[in-house]
Amino acid sequence: MHIFEYILMGFLIICAISVSFSKNLLNSILIFMSYSLVMSIIWILLESPDLAITEAAVGAGVTSVLFFVTLKKIHALREEEEETDE
Amino acid sequence: MSRKLSEEEYNRQRLVRMKHWLSGEKDLYLDNVEVVLDGECEPDKRKLESYEHDLDEMKTRTYDTEHNRVYRFFQRFYKMAAVLCCVALVFILIMEVSYLPPIGSASNPASNEVAAKYIEDGLQDTGAVNIVTGMILDYRAFDTFGESNVLFIATCTVLILMRNDKKKGKGSAEEEERRDSHYEPKKDAILQMGARILVPIIMLFGIYIILNGHLSPGGGFSGGAIIGAGLILYLNAFGFEKTERFFTEKTYKVVSFGSLLFYCLAKSYSFYTGAHHLESGIPLGTPGAIISSGLILPLNICVGLVVACTMYAFFALFRKGGF
Repeated sequence: MHIFEYILMGFLIICAISVSFSKNLLNSILIFMSYSLVMSIIWILLESPDLAITEAAVGAGVTSVLFFVTLKKIHALREEEEETDE
Repeated sequence: MSRKLSEEEYNRQRLVRMKHWLSGEKDLYLDNVEVVLDGECEPDKRKLESYEHDLDEMKTRTYDTEHNRVYRFFQRFYKMAAVLCCVALVFILIMEVSYLPPIGSASNPASNEVAAKYIEDGLQDTGAVNIVTGMILDYRAFDTFGESNVLFIATCTVLILMRNDKKKGKGSAEEEERRDSHYEPKKDAILQMGARILVPIIMLFGIYIILNGHLSPGGGFSGGAIIGAGLILYLNAFGFEKTERFFTEKTYKVVSFGSLLFYCLAKSYSFYTGAHHLESGIPLGTPGAIISSGLILPLNICVGLVVACTMYAFFALFRKGGF
């Protein structure tokens, strides 16, 4: 069981570093989402299911959606679409 | 002692002049202020050229970063200052860490009698099987009240920043929403079918978590966030015209304000006295039953309503600047 925890911790650190080093904002948000999901699993392993539910709902759900809407508002998503079209 | 004033003298008196000025009969500034009319002043070409030359030289010298000594000095100074500030901050924080109590020591401030008392007497005092909910909604109810108010204030701030006041025409809320969802698929079948199946389950799960907050993991905040996420999914699938049937700005106002007011009225007696626990007069009931543990269940519902409304309001305000 400890090995599983270590794997999750390593994943968490990789996620946290790659969020700040990712050039693409959309990728950053997706990595941040996966960070929150792994964090909620770790909360369950640490025997605090209250926090796990909140982390999954707020961290992975609502916050990411708000980030997506913000990206759309500042037209960061559309530019990428145009780039891929070209 | 009266004497007759001549008309000239009379006209020079202040009140009379003011009366004249107010009625607009005479312009007091005429013949008093020097006015140079256009055309009389011929621009001196040599002076103008020398002025422009000076200006150009000044500009080139200011923006010539290669040879501007002050500029280069400040460029280096800022880099040095940034490095120095970072090093100083790291040093201060490391010094601070060395003053912290050692990990796992029995005399740590964290391991005092408070935690033990909460675990031992929590069920008896609050009647909540879930100790966490008993703590945050009974012993520390004041903190949770502050958190709910923070959510309300956050919505107010987003409202100030993103609100769209224009009722109709260009730049109105409807126009904004239309422009916003221009690149999205309209009436997406997969999304609508998925939402039709998922939204009721998500809502039920959120309500279950709120109502069972004192029995099982969860509580007002997590359940409210889940309901808010369900509302956002419904909004994305079916659009604003469906959600506006049951959720408008007025709904948000009434629900949020009502919940916060009830929370405040229900708990202010204990906030006022500063006591950590006072008898509320409501029987605690049998631990494990849904209707038990006194005020915790209604307070959980209040917090859940505030959180769900806040989540939905954030999303709606971000999307079109209104509900």
